[in-house]
Amino acid sequence: MNRRIDWTAHIVLILGVALFVLPVWLVFAGATQDPGAIDRGELSLLPNLHGFGVFADVLGNGVAGATPVWRMLAVSFGMALAIAVGKIAISLLSAYAVTFFRFPLRMVCFWTIFITLMLPVEVRIIPTYAVMAGFGLINSFTGLTVPLIASATATLLFRQVFLAIPDELVEAARMDGAGPWRFFRDILLPVSAANVAALFVILFVYGWNQYLWPLLVATDPRLDTIVIGIVKMIGTDSAVPWNKVMATSVLALLPPIAVVLLMQRWFVKGLTEGDK
Amino acid sequence: MMASLKLEGLRKSFGATKVLHGIDLELASGEMLVIVGASGCGKSTLLRLVAGLEEPTAGRIVLDGRDVANLDPAERDIAMVFQNYALYPHMSVFDNMAYGLKIRRLSTAEIRKRVEEAADMLGLRPLLDRKPRQLSGGQRQRVAMGRAIVRHPKLFLFDEPLSNLDAKLRVTMRAEIKRLQRRMGVTSLYVTHDQVEAMTLGDRLLVLHQGVPVQLATPMEVFERPADIYVAGFIGAPAMNLLPARLAAGGTAAQLDAGPLVPFADGRRAGADGMKLTVGIRPEHVALVAEGGLALQVDLVEPLGSETVLIGRLPDGEMLSIKLAGAAPPEETVHVAIPPPNLHVFDAATGLRLEPRG
Repeated sequence: MNRRIDWTAHIVLILGVALFVLPVWLVFAGATQDPGAIDRGELSLLPNLHGFGVFADVLGNGVAGATPVWRMLAVSFGMALAIAVGKIAISLLSAYAVTFFRFPLRMVCFWTIFITLMLPVEVRIIPTYAVMAGFGLINSFTGLTVPLIASATATLLFRQVFLAIPDELVEAARMDGAGPWRFFRDILLPVSAANVAALFVILFVYGWNQYLWPLLVATDPRLDTIVIGIVKMIGTDSAVPWNKVMATSVLALLPPIAVVLLMQRWFVKGLTEGDK
Repeated sequence: MMASLKLEGLRKSFGATKVLHGIDLELASGEMLVIVGASGCGKSTLLRLVAGLEEPTAGRIVLDGRDVANLDPAERDIAMVFQNYALYPHMSVFDNMAYGLKIRRLSTAEIRKRVEEAADMLGLRPLLDRKPRQLSGGQRQRVAMGRAIVRHPKLFLFDEPLSNLDAKLRVTMRAEIKRLQRRMGVTSLYVTHDQVEAMTLGDRLLVLHQGVPVQLATPMEVFERPADIYVAGFIGAPAMNLLPARLAAGGTAAQLDAGPLVPFADGRRAGADGMKLTVGIRPEHVALVAEGGLALQVDLVEPLGSETVLIGRLPDGEMLSIKLAGAAPPEETVHVAIPPPNLHVFDAATGLRLEPRG
């Protein structure tokens, strides 16, 4: 082993890290400073040690006239969680059906799911809105989450995972007497657990970052997500409370980071480990 | 638990492709029958039909007096050991063995008793908490067998269970499977392409060739009286020498195309003189002679320690192999004789064995 420190590699990597960390740090430092100074472009890289109260302030009270940040965080968290869990549940079941069962029009079902990949949320957003309006689900948590749950991507991913499961494993379970439901619960789910975890992280962040659909379907401030909330803070009047916007942004980063950290072990396993 | 197995006119086609052309078979209770054949002969399909993993196109599968052909695999009371073991990767050794019993709703105490019994039998007791990936190939193989044993099934199915093991382990496990099967007395079907496994494990062998059963007999009988050219070439290593010849001397001898006239020691064969034959002689039966006989140009010498295999060419270009006890002679050309008592005679047109008549 070469134990000498490779300086070139270290410098490149440190520069890379700095490139990614700098904007986040800037927002973090800015949150603690005077909004007027930020507006004038006098943003310091050093946080003002007396300004940390802003985090508690936005969390509890929010910007004047708007929903408190904790509430928006809760809405976002609920939405991201519902979308991730819902997507995973539906895709697991649909992938299970098209992979392991022989039924008429099986491939038609598969391709129907597949071609919805060609239709991003934005393209079908007007009809989706019309449907939700028809059901009277505008301004409801259901309306916020359900249309985002159907997922071709996750179905395809699980189909690939399931296809990689050796036939003999399926047959061994059949010989052992496991019916379709038991096989799904006892064998398939645990064997795909790492993939489920990886997908959960990706889908949670996807749900957390939703902007267009929540903007349309939830006009009630009680259903404002954190992303919508930040935009509303900036948009209203000339005197933008930049420190509070930045503090809110920092807070908005925390839940996805927490999810990634908690699931990291599983996440990496799901991405790298083959069936073993 | 003892049970007999009977297959009647079992056929299987995949679309237009006929894989099995009617198998009739009867296994006595406690018997181990080995189905042997080259890959693609339909032996695995036959096993999967019995297991219930495939549906037969026609025919009956009678297990213990009951036609099970239309039952689910789980209802047939059959356990199977797979080639790749097919252990559940996320379950411990204990859970792997216990899973089938849990589904059958046995009591926890009974499950524990059966699993530990099987674990003791297979030497798996210290490994019960391990996961399959922490086990060696041989240990995984044992777990796969344990999973079959705990079920106390009416029938064991083995689908090339040793083919993923290294040579040494294969020999050990072969002996172990045989001992276990004897001890438990469970009727078994064992599929393999390995003729040594077939010879050593089976009470009887079924040789399959392209979906057709060509011979069903005890291993020694298959070895000593192969039913046709295919079986003759398939069973025995090195493979039997098959030489072209013609019937001569009123059906009492074979005129080898290579030269010599070899009389039949066991009697006359029916047929007209000049009929095309294939004469088989096993490498270990070819004799070395000081002079005369056939000249064999030696191409290859394979020393195996206790014995040596010579592979060479006869003057007319036919290949011939000889198995000798001890070391090979140094000459490049040796003289060989074909002793009449060990001759196998086949009709070259049909490939079938010709037995002496009168």
